[in-house]
Parts: sequence; C-alpha cells; structure tokens
Amino acid sequence: MLPTRRIPTLVSRPRRSFSKPFQRHNSSVAEPPPAGGHLPSIANSKLLRTTRERSLRTQGLSWNDEQAESTTVRETRKMNVYQAVRDALSIALTKDDNAVVFGEDIAFGGVFRCTMGLAEEFGRERVFNTPLTEQGIAGFAIGMALMGHTPIAEIQFADYIFPAFDQLVNEAAKIRYRSGGQYNVGGLTIRTPTMSVGHGGLYHSQSPEGFFMGASGLKVVIPRSPIQVKGLLLSAIRDPNPVIFMEPKILYRSAIEQVPIDDYTLPLGRAETLVEGSDLTLLTWGTPVYHCETALHMLNDPPPALAPHIPESLRKAKIELIDLRSILPWDAAAITESVNCTGRLVIVHEAGMTAGVGAEIAAEVQKRCFLRLSAPVKRITGWDTPVALQYEKFYIPDAVRIVDGLVETLAY
Amino acid sequence: MASLARLRVSRRLPQLARAIQTSADTTQLASPPTDLSQPFTVKLHEDSFRGYQCDIPDLEVEVTKDQLLGMYKQMTTMRRMEMAADALYKAKLIRGFCHLAIGQEAVSVGMEAGITPEDRVITSYRCHPFAVLRGGTIKGVIGELLGRQIGMSHGKGGSMHIFTPSFFGGNGIVGAQVPLGAGIAFAQQYMNKDAATFALYGDGASNQGQVFEAYNMAKLWNLPCVFVCENNKYGMGTSAERSSSNTEYFTRGDKIPGLQVNGMDIIATREAVKYARKWTVEDKKGPLLLEFVTYRYGGHSMSDPGTTYRTREEVQRMRSTQDPIRGLQRYIEEWGLATEQELKQLDKNAKAEVDAAVEEAKASPEPLLKDLWTDIYYKGTEPPYMRGREREEGSTTTKRHIVLYRLSS
Repeated sequence: MLPTRRIPTLVSRPRRSFSKPFQRHNSSVAEPPPAGGHLPSIANSKLLRTTRERSLRTQGLSWNDEQAESTTVRETRKMNVYQAVRDALSIALTKDDNAVVFGEDIAFGGVFRCTMGLAEEFGRERVFNTPLTEQGIAGFAIGMALMGHTPIAEIQFADYIFPAFDQLVNEAAKIRYRSGGQYNVGGLTIRTPTMSVGHGGLYHSQSPEGFFMGASGLKVVIPRSPIQVKGLLLSAIRDPNPVIFMEPKILYRSAIEQVPIDDYTLPLGRAETLVEGSDLTLLTWGTPVYHCETALHMLNDPPPALAPHIPESLRKAKIELIDLRSILPWDAAAITESVNCTGRLVIVHEAGMTAGVGAEIAAEVQKRCFLRLSAPVKRITGWDTPVALQYEKFYIPDAVRIVDGLVETLAY
Repeated sequence: MASLARLRVSRRLPQLARAIQTSADTTQLASPPTDLSQPFTVKLHEDSFRGYQCDIPDLEVEVTKDQLLGMYKQMTTMRRMEMAADALYKAKLIRGFCHLAIGQEAVSVGMEAGITPEDRVITSYRCHPFAVLRGGTIKGVIGELLGRQIGMSHGKGGSMHIFTPSFFGGNGIVGAQVPLGAGIAFAQQYMNKDAATFALYGDGASNQGQVFEAYNMAKLWNLPCVFVCENNKYGMGTSAERSSSNTEYFTRGDKIPGLQVNGMDIIATREAVKYARKWTVEDKKGPLLLEFVTYRYGGHSMSDPGTTYRTREEVQRMRSTQDPIRGLQRYIEEWGLATEQELKQLDKNAKAEVDAAVEEAKASPEPLLKDLWTDIYYKGTEPPYMRGREREEGSTTTKRHIVLYRLSS
C-alpha cells in the first residue's frame, strides 16, 4: 500500500561522496517483461563495468600471479556470465591438477554453456558427464574432496539440489566438525544456476539459498555480473571450505562486462556497496540487483503512471544499494554500518519471505541497529507460494514492488 | 532336478541371447485371417523380448482389427498433439519447460491397451500422452501447456504437472516419481485391489538412488508395482552407454525379474504390459521390471535441439526405419485391415481433433488472480496469515501492480 500519511521531509544526514550515477531514465521498465523473460534494464545497467578502465578498478580485486602489483599491463575481454564461469573453470583446471569438473551434460557445454569446450581442452578424465543423480553427484564430489581433490560439481538447476540436500547439509557441512578436524571437504565447490528465468515455473525458477543458511560449515555465494562471477568463483574453488556457488540463470547471457583475462579473486563474505547513499539501505543479491537499480531510477524520475504514487519529497532520497554477494556467512558488519548511517533497511530477494535469507538479516539488523532505525526493516520478496509458471512475473519482486517498498519505508 | 536345470539355463541366457531388435514392423501373420471381424493370430519376432529371471511372453498373439485401428488412431493423435505443442512452443505461446514424446508413442498407447482403468500410472516429465490416454483431454493438456483455465491443472502447473484420477502425473524431478509409484502400489495391495501400478521413468532416471530404494521396498513387500523403464537411449544429452555401467535396465532390479521389450512394435509393447499385469495382479508374484527400448526423435526438452550428442543421420535412420506408427500402418495395410485411403482419413481426423482442441485451449482465459493463493493448503484450512495473501502485501500490491503495468504499456 502506498502511504498517504506522514510524508516528512527527509532529515538530512551526513552525506558521503556520491556522484549521481544515473542520468538516463529507462521508462520501458514498467511494461510487462517480454515473452523471452529477459531483464529490460540490464543492457543499460550502469552497474556493469563495460570498459577496461572500470573493470580493472573493480573493488577488492586481487591478482593471483607474479606481477601482482602492476595493473597497467592487464587486459580485459568482453564476456557474459557463462563465458566468465568458463574462464574461471579453465584457470582452475590449468593451475590445479587435482581440479575436475563434472555434472549432468556438462562435457558438451551444459544447458547454459558454462563448460563449453572444457572437455576438449582438458580431456574427458577431468571434465565429464555424470548420470542424472544429484544425491550421487554431491556424495561423489564430497568423497573426492575428502581425498584432497578439487571437485567442481554442477547441479544442473538449483531446483534439483534438494536430492543432494542431505549430502550437502549432513556431510559436506559437518565433516570437519564431526571428524574433529581430521577430514574436510574444503576443495568442494558446487555450482548451480538459480533464481527465476521468467518462464521457469515451479521447478526451474526457485531460489533455495535460504535453505542452506543454517548449515554452518558451508559457504553460499551468489554473484551478480561476469567480473564478480570470475573472481568469486575462483575464490570459491580455492576457499578451504565447501562452497555452494549459485549463478543467477537469467544473467548468463544478459549481463555483459569487460572481464580481466588474468587470474584474480574477489573476497568471500564481503558485501559490496554499489551506490552510496544516506537515506535508506537497499540490500539485495543476484538478479534483483538490476531490479533495484531500475527502482532507483523510478524513484528519482517516476514514469507518468507511477508519478502520482511517489511524493515529490521522496524523489531526491539517497538510497545506498548494497550487493550482499555472500549469503553464508553474510557481511553483517557492512550492513550494520550502513543501516546505522541511513536508519532504514529494505531487503529484496526472489525466494519466498517466510524464513528466507531476509528474515535472518532483518532479525540481526534490528538487534544491532535498534535505536538507529527510523522504520521497520522491510522485506520485498517472492510470495510464500510456489513459483507458478503463469504467475511468475507477479511472484518475482520487480522494480515496481521495490519502489513501492522504498516509498513506504522512506515515508514511515 | 528339472527346476535346477531351468535355473541354470536361465542364468546363462543373458550372455547368450541376441540383442533385442527394435523394428516396428517384424510381426507376421500366423495364418491369413479368413474373417476380419474375428480375432486372428499374429507372431511377434523372436527377439521382441528378453527375460531376466523370468520367461518371455508368448510370441503368438491374438489381435482384432478394431484394436489395431484404435491404437493407430491413438498413436497418430498423440503425435499430432505433441507436434502441436512443439509449434505452440516455437510460437512462444507455450512457456516454461516442455518435453515431447514424439517417437515413443508405442509405449504410452501400448500401455493403455494392456491395462485397465483400475490400474494406476505415474511417470516423468514426458507425460502428455499418458495424461490424455488415462482419461484426460487434448484441450486439457494443451490448455495446461498454454497456462489457461481449461488446462487439466487449471493452468497453474504447466507441462510436467498434469493428472487424472488414475494417472498420478508427470514429475519434474528426474526419478522422483518412482518411489511414489511403489507407495501407490502398496496402497493398492493394502486395500486388496486387483490392480497394479506402473511407475515409469527413463534410462537417465534409472541411475537415481531413489529408484533403487523403490526397487528394494517393492520386492521386500511384494508390491504389485511394475517399474517401467522407457529407454530412449539418451538421458538428457548423455547416451545410455556413457551414463550407465549396466545398460540392460531390465536386469537392474537385483531380485526383481525383468523383461526387455521392443518398444517400437505396438503389439509387443501391449503384450508386455499384459504380461506384467498378469504377473503382478493375477499371479501375485510381486514387482517386475519392464524395459521398453524406444527412441525420442526430438531433443530432451524444447531447448535441446537434440543433435549435439547424436547425429542427424541417426535420428533420420530411426524415423525412417523403426517408426512405431509407420510399423503399425504397415501391419494394417499388409494384413488387409484398412486401405491407405482409410488410414489417411484417420490421420486427417487426428489433425482436425488436435487443431480444434488447440483453438479451444487458446480461447480459454488465463487463471484468475485469486488462484495465485489457492491450492496451497486444503480449502478451508488455510493459515490465517500467509505472505503473498495478506491484504497489504499481497493482493492489493499485486492488483495495483497489474493496473500499473496496464497503464504504462
């Protein structure tokens, strides 16, 4: 419900350096998504680093080779997400003789082409198809990792991870603890495509990250763009803990950046501030990062259909947009710092609300920031229904719902 | 002693036996029928079946003209329906994931011909023909694929989610329906029903752990469950040889006997199903594995062109030499049951029936907004509070949301 009561002028807060990043307004976003289900705003996203210079200035990037100091000689190449996945896998296979890549149909590229040509390049001993047996894939990978290898397994869709849930939660997450540190599966990485694709329906558009949140021992990572994918996937593969790496499937082709061709990593467990602001913290991860970006445009410069619902006084609000990136463990310190400054938090995720990741974050933030909060923590998420095919675009929290939530929280 | 000797021979048989043959047209007339209105006898090719710890069905089979023409009509209609789904998908009217059974019609139609309405069937995502044959309608299937109210799940499910009272649906998770089939069979046994459950899955799913768990329970409890492996040679994009250490799926039940069947000859598939039904229901011998060796012409799903892991020539060869519909057509023509003209008329009728169903389905409206929140809990027992349904977060937001979409487009 768009608020009509109490619309205060926003209290001015100490402002951090913040140059207005968005000049363009994309009015197409309030229209229904096209039948293809792609993100209308992503081609114009300013969050994507499409030049070499911006690419090399990626926050937290750490080179993993001899000339680690110099950035002047670094090259970048235009890649989408699936090409960035492939690039990271290729580097991992080249540098680590114990690394192997396997999953259903991955030897000829996989359904999303993330492993194209790897079998030809590294041989079928190292890049191979498995039977259709998710529980088996996870168990098999855990066994390999126990032997000190670096299994990089693919579960073809995150929706299919449930047969492997027991292996991941009871074996992968707990083996270090229950063997008193004698064994671990630190080499294990499970890659899996997640989130909605626009027309995936009940079994191809789910976001199961929240189910793993209590499985201490695991790490869960969800990247938003090609540069992030490459750096975070290499970190995940090399991290001494088992990592579930969830790749937003709608971004495989639609998110394109200039990606450094050398070996680099990005830190796990660290959120990244994409847009600085002082009035409200907008926290998300994966695909909704771009819906949030669109929502910020809409708030600043609403299209005619929305304008009557967005009070003038709120349109200049400075929203801090943060990509959480690591779901487990999540960067509570960074979120706390931001919310202590802004006093308002809106969390956006595609999974349903009840006991979703947002629930945990909201609970923790209200504990840490109780006296600094000016409004209740707002969650804008999928509904507590199945992700039904015909209703998918209503299920997914899109820019309209996000802007609605921003207005409500700003005006509280 | 006699029984011992039989045991020894049957044990060695799998190594000695020739491979199953999968031609669609090798059944011969036992003797020319004198009166076509009476049942007559045909003889199946001797390599139509292979048994594992069981005898094979009798190769001499009694059929009638009406049965064969009826199966021809069903097979052509099912293929037409799948082709219509293919076209609607390519026209972007059907969204989501869609798996077609073109090439595998002899399995669904042969199964329906060999079972009774009391029997139960559950299968994988490749489910459209079973849904129609088990009491559904073509418009109900197409409507479901299109996401319309006329759909068999009122447009809320989509391709893999179609059910009838005797058909427990497709299932989107590979292999997940197989233990369900064992449970359905247990319920039949518990309630003393003279009926069996046919739990279908593919060669890909046969490597899922829960399939073996289901085998074990079914044999342990002697359930009237027929595990039916539709071996179409490829589990998604990986061939059976590359995914399975043992590609003789009918032998994978350990102590459960199995029967491998030419899945392209409709007469063989029907006989195998009848045999399995007698085994489980009349003779009460517990579960049985059936493996239908068949072939899918299309890709695994609509997003798979189906040519990256096999050659176009292979698909073309299967289509031209082992097509189950062309095989039955040949029987009908050679045995003088109908003329080419009459069969062409049946083809035309099938196309017209499917076309009409498609139009009716297209005309049906999309599901109502309120049904986003229905069918999650049993009607009347919904929790008082549920996100997505409460006024301030759910319906109003979504309603306004739709209004805004309409305003701005």
